[in-house]
Amino acid sequence: MADAPVAIGVLQRELLLPQAGGFCSFEGWVRQTNDGRAVSGIDYKAFRPLALTEGQAILEEATARFAICAATAMHRIGYLAVGETAVWIGVAAPHRDAAFGACRFIIDEIKRRVPIWKQEHYEAGETGWVACHDVR
Amino acid sequence: MRRIELEYFAQLHDAAGCAAERRETEADTAAALYDELCAIHGFSLSPACMRVAVNAAFCPWDQPLRDGDHVVFIPPVSGG
Repeated sequence: MADAPVAIGVLQRELLLPQAGGFCSFEGWVRQTNDGRAVSGIDYKAFRPLALTEGQAILEEATARFAICAATAMHRIGYLAVGETAVWIGVAAPHRDAAFGACRFIIDEIKRRVPIWKQEHYEAGETGWVACHDVR
Repeated sequence: MRRIELEYFAQLHDAAGCAAERRETEADTAAALYDELCAIHGFSLSPACMRVAVNAAFCPWDQPLRDGDHVVFIPPVSGG
C-alpha cells in the first residue's frame, strides 16, 4: 500500500533471483474514460490492515499454486490522475507459464477480494463509487 | 449493551456521513448490527453483496459480537 508513486525498478530488482528464468509484470493504470464517461482521476481508499493481510494471503496462495520463485504487489492509495500506475504485480519464475499464470491470478484476486474502493472523479465534476466486483 | 467501534468505507461512508463512530448496541451479531445501522443511516447495500470484518479479519455474518469489537462492513470492492 503506497500513498505516493513507487519506483517500479526497485520492486522489480527484488525479484531478480538466480533461480528465476522469467519475469512477468502487470500494471493497472488510471484510464481516461469509464463506461463512456470522461474521468479526470480516481481516489483509492482502503481498509488498510485487512487489505495488507489479504494481499499477503494472495501472494502466499500464488506461491503455493504456481511454480514461481517470488511475487510482489503494490497498490496505490489516494488520488491518482489519468495515466498514473494504480497497481503493480511482479512475478519471477523458472519458466514463463507459471509467471504468466501467477501474475494473472494475483491481479484477479486483488480485484475480487482486497478491501480497496475506487471513487472516480469525472470531468463533469461529479464523483462515483465504481461498482462492483464479486466479493465472495 | 456492547460498545462497538465502527469504520465506514465507500458508499457506507457517504451514507453515514462519517468515517468512524462508536455505538452502543444490543445487536448480538454483525448481521443484526448491520440491520440496526440500516435503520439509523439509511444504508441501501444488501448484505448479500458485502462481507464483514471483525477486528480486521473477515468473519461470518452470524459471528457473535463482543464488547469492544471493531467492525467494518465491506462494500463490493473495486481495487486494481
